[in-house]
Amino acid sequence: MLDTIIQQGFNALQLGSYYSLIALGYCLVYGVLLLINFAHGDIFMVGAYVAFFSATALLGQYGFIQPGIPGWVVLALTIPVTMLLTSGVGIFIERVAYKPLRLKGANRLYLVITALMMGIVLEYGNLAILGASRKSFPSLVPRVLIEVGGATVTSLKLAAIVVCFLVFGLLHWVVTRTKLGMAMRAVSYDKFAVPLMGIPLDIIIIFTFFLGSSMAGLAGLLYAMNFPVLDPFMGALVGWKAFIAAVVGGIGEIRGALVGGFLLAFLEVTVAATFSSELRDLISFSILLGILTWKPTGIFGKPRTTKI
Amino acid sequence: MLSVTNLQVKYGNTEALHGISFTVNQGEIVTLIGANGAGKTTTLLSIARLGPPEGPKIASGDIVYKGQSLLNVPPHEIVTKMRMALAPEGRHIFGNLTVEENLKLATFARQDTEQIATDYQRVYDLFPRLVERRKQRSESLSGGEQQMLAVGRALMTGSDFIMLDEPSMGLAPLLMYDMFRALKELNSQGMTLLLIEQNARIALQFAHRGYVLDTGAIVASGDAKELMNNPEVKKAYLGG
Ligand SMILES: Nc1ncnc2c1ncn2[C@@H]1O[C@H](COP(=O)(O)OP(=O)(O)OP(=O)(O)O)[C@@H](O)[C@H]1O
Ligand SMILES: [Mg+2]
Repeated sequence: MLDTIIQQGFNALQLGSYYSLIALGYCLVYGVLLLINFAHGDIFMVGAYVAFFSATALLGQYGFIQPGIPGWVVLALTIPVTMLLTSGVGIFIERVAYKPLRLKGANRLYLVITALMMGIVLEYGNLAILGASRKSFPSLVPRVLIEVGGATVTSLKLAAIVVCFLVFGLLHWVVTRTKLGMAMRAVSYDKFAVPLMGIPLDIIIIFTFFLGSSMAGLAGLLYAMNFPVLDPFMGALVGWKAFIAAVVGGIGEIRGALVGGFLLAFLEVTVAATFSSELRDLISFSILLGILTWKPTGIFGKPRTTKI
Repeated sequence: MLSVTNLQVKYGNTEALHGISFTVNQGEIVTLIGANGAGKTTTLLSIARLGPPEGPKIASGDIVYKGQSLLNVPPHEIVTKMRMALAPEGRHIFGNLTVEENLKLATFARQDTEQIATDYQRVYDLFPRLVERRKQRSESLSGGEQQMLAVGRALMTGSDFIMLDEPSMGLAPLLMYDMFRALKELNSQGMTLLLIEQNARIALQFAHRGYVLDTGAIVASGDAKELMNNPEVKKAYLGG
């Protein structure tokens, strides 16, 4: 009994780590630009594919690198490559799709619709280029089984959880303690006055997309290592769920994204274990709906104080 | 030092400034006075290069500062390269940051650590109330204190040319005199000031020179004392 609970607890923590890492990106972009970046779930998918191609290339599958690099070296290289290239895609979308609209002073609705369309472009672009066949992610490091209180956890699962908390700690430090983080908070409050402080607004926006997309890329890599089958639509549902998690936690508050992601994961795992997995989404989302009805700004969200 | 020539500025298709010209010399206090909607704020936003969608668009004319046209300078470089700061209308402080963070943010691009320390000291000397409220979220400040913070923030950018858009807004009379005393003190230390005021009487007492703006055009200009005795100005802006 206890070992099942511990086992399920780890499953929930793992799932929550992906939700949270993605939710943090939704949260940052929303916090800074008041933009719901609906392409963000698909950035997670892009991350998984970038990780796939980076890992297989380093393993020597395409010929321009000789096979023989040890798996852990491949992994160590794949992490930064995935984060950098994925953030490149996120920033590219910002520059090409969102910035022109922003400069024209377009209503936020158009930006959200554009983001939705960008997500669809990423999904079907992937389908068009790579075809419908699923990719299977190579195993880079051996799965070590670790015994915790009678339950066994794989080292990869544990790694996903640990990485999520480390990344959150780092992000929290950036947002609260660094000048760039301070500038991000300033942009979220009053974009107009930021250039008056001698701060290039574009740099702060690019930095925000860099943070959000690289975390989604990292989530994609961790996910692909644990569930090694990739397909172009893998980011759609996870992305929606992470977005809802960010809203329930209180969008714009990074603590909220973390807590929301884990809350959703624990609900899903608990419902699936006690009732059935068919009822999982129905019951979990009904509960989240209840939370939002009780507190529409989310768990940590504060109503925006009006500026006079 | 600053010369604005035939500046024509639009919001969308409506013209807000119809080709105005004026100058500000180094070490001066110059004031722009005029009724609501005359185009005072528009003038400062144009100089600070805050453009559309929120800001106005320059249709023609030129703004030259220290021999360089500002038309193609991005707004953050107006601060970092030209060392001109604007304390904007409505304060626009970052309410979710503390007082100290607001001031620190204004030093974002600065490297001159020693001068920054001196500038903090100067701001806290001018506005001692900010010292007590250093750690407070700035949206919890009173309107007047927020105004001091907005001016303090402009000083922390390390600029030597400061534009102030109604810095006395929301200040009780006593605090208003404090604010002007502080600005005068800055000016005596070499700071050039371009000031907008609703209260023309105070502005003209305080400034060296002034320009009167009426619906997008300059209708009078000259020495502050001259303007104060100008019968037209007296009638329209000084209450007879
Ligand atoms: N964002 C904007 N969009 C469109 N028109 C604007 C905008 N801001 C100002 N205007 C118009 O431009 C003209 C000049 O406005 P401005 O704000 O420069 O006046 P002001 O002299 O600063 O007035 P006040 O004393 O009330 O602050 C006004 O007719 C105003 O309606
Ligand atoms: Mg104004």
